[in-house]
Amino acid sequence: MEKLAPARERLVKSNKNWMGGEMRGKILVFTCAVIMISATISITIFLGTKGLQSFIKNGVNLIDFITSTHWNPTNQANPEYGVLPFIFGSFAVTFLSALIAAPLGIGAAIFMTEIAPSWGRKILQPVIELLVGIPSVVYGFIGLSVLVPFIRGHVGGLGFSLLAGMIVLAIMILPTITSIATDAISSLPNNLREGSYALGATRWQTIRKVLIPAALPSLLTAIVLGMARAFGEALAVQMVIGNVRDLPSSLLDASATLTTIITLNMGHTTYGSVENNTLWSMGLILLVMSFAFILLIRYLSARRKL
Amino acid sequence: MNSKTADRIATGVFVAIAIIIISILVGLFSYILVNGLKYVSWDFLTTPSSNIRAGGGIRDQLFNSFYILVITMIIAIPLGVGGGIYMAEYAKPGKVTNAIRSCVEVLSSLPSIVIGMFGLLVFVNTTGWGYTILGGALALTVFNLPVIVRVSEDAIRAVPLDLKEASLALGITHWHTIKTVILPSAFPSILTGIILAAGRVFGEAAALLFTAGLSTPRLDYANWNPFSPQSPLNIFRPAETLAVHIWSVNTQGLIPDVTEVSNGSAAVLVISVLLFNLVARWIGSLITKKITATK
Repeated sequence: MEKLAPARERLVKSNKNWMGGEMRGKILVFTCAVIMISATISITIFLGTKGLQSFIKNGVNLIDFITSTHWNPTNQANPEYGVLPFIFGSFAVTFLSALIAAPLGIGAAIFMTEIAPSWGRKILQPVIELLVGIPSVVYGFIGLSVLVPFIRGHVGGLGFSLLAGMIVLAIMILPTITSIATDAISSLPNNLREGSYALGATRWQTIRKVLIPAALPSLLTAIVLGMARAFGEALAVQMVIGNVRDLPSSLLDASATLTTIITLNMGHTTYGSVENNTLWSMGLILLVMSFAFILLIRYLSARRKL
Repeated sequence: MNSKTADRIATGVFVAIAIIIISILVGLFSYILVNGLKYVSWDFLTTPSSNIRAGGGIRDQLFNSFYILVITMIIAIPLGVGGGIYMAEYAKPGKVTNAIRSCVEVLSSLPSIVIGMFGLLVFVNTTGWGYTILGGALALTVFNLPVIVRVSEDAIRAVPLDLKEASLALGITHWHTIKTVILPSAFPSILTGIILAAGRVFGEAAALLFTAGLSTPRLDYANWNPFSPQSPLNIFRPAETLAVHIWSVNTQGLIPDVTEVSNGSAAVLVISVLLFNLVARWIGSLITKKITATK
């Protein structure tokens, strides 16, 4: 009977707070969820209103802003705010780095799932995880101290170039592409493989004609996610790309991206000035682009379910 | 070319890709460690940095990195795990749940520089705090929250349904079941995920540039009063972290020993992140062993 007493007390006690505890818990976790929604909405609203100020308050022409190639905000008499070179730079490094990283990443994924599923995965999986773990400034720093002098010495130009930015970014987005592509290919039903092998196809024919087409939407998702990461990366690119205001004419030319201009100039422009406001507008472009990437991914994953 | 040869060539190409990736990693790590470790000494870790003279260390930056990480985690873990519990246990399929899921997706795909700008707008300018540790930690919370939510949601969903049903069948309320049955058994995976997220936070720089600032006041480590401006514990002081330090000495630094300082800092940073990874794996396997009784 002694043993039962505390249990009975516990039951009575829990009966008393039954509604209280249950509701309190539910409200608690719901608040956490609401905080997340409000964070997202407030980011959109704050950056949206701040980013539009240069057009509304300072009278910068939106069309000129995104189509003019002349960026000259410090010119007293006739300041010009054309960010096309930076938009071009952002898209150029994004696509070029995806062009390198996509074959490597998907190749690595196929190596892990099809060529050497046991030992290959055991070696490459930690390698990919470690690559994710290296901070972006460290990538930038190695790019600055190894890649830039190498390009200057062996390829030509100043070294600070689109090429350097694209290689650094390609290595940075490689793990993203590889890990998603690996999941995509390994989640394909095994009877696809067996069916193809039973028809006498070689492994390469199976990969090329069966597995890659079947996994294509997910592989594209992987590439888009990698590109989204490349588009928003700031410091690593900023350290190697050279940051000039002109449109690059070759891979060896220095260039600039939206993120690098923001990083460089945000600190030493006066808050509220026209130049500072145009930086916020560039931030808004980044925000809009990351929404666009999400919509693209949504579209791709909707295709996957068919 | 017959299909057998094509197959052999393709296999060769895939093996070559794997070798390329492995050698990139080995190259990166050996470069960082070989070049960096020779500058890392007790002296380097314990002297304050210098803005103009050679021979500065990274004492304050290292402390700031860990301190911001701790503050971030204090804010982000309860929010993230709470959000994860809601998503896994309470959210019913519908518009609200979809909205939350989209928000998590948006937050996790935002570039860190955009989060830094949001932090500058809200935690630095609107609040009038200036560059502070708290502002940096809040920006990093925004950056980190989606990861923790996703990790805890997955971990809670992976808990066997039998456990939950058994608990509910004993007449225990849902919330009590979550607290006493589900969370403890999801704990190992949540912990592993959080430590990995911590590694990411530790190396993050872009979100901190405009929120925690590029400078550190002169710190007095004997001063433990969290409201004094010289105290390292004050959360309303600017703080340059290790990752930001690497960037700033390389792009705007005036010190003559840029290479030494940044090589050393990069090595310390990479080793710390590596330690986070190893600890996460070690804890994960330790707890799995304990729970599943496998060897």
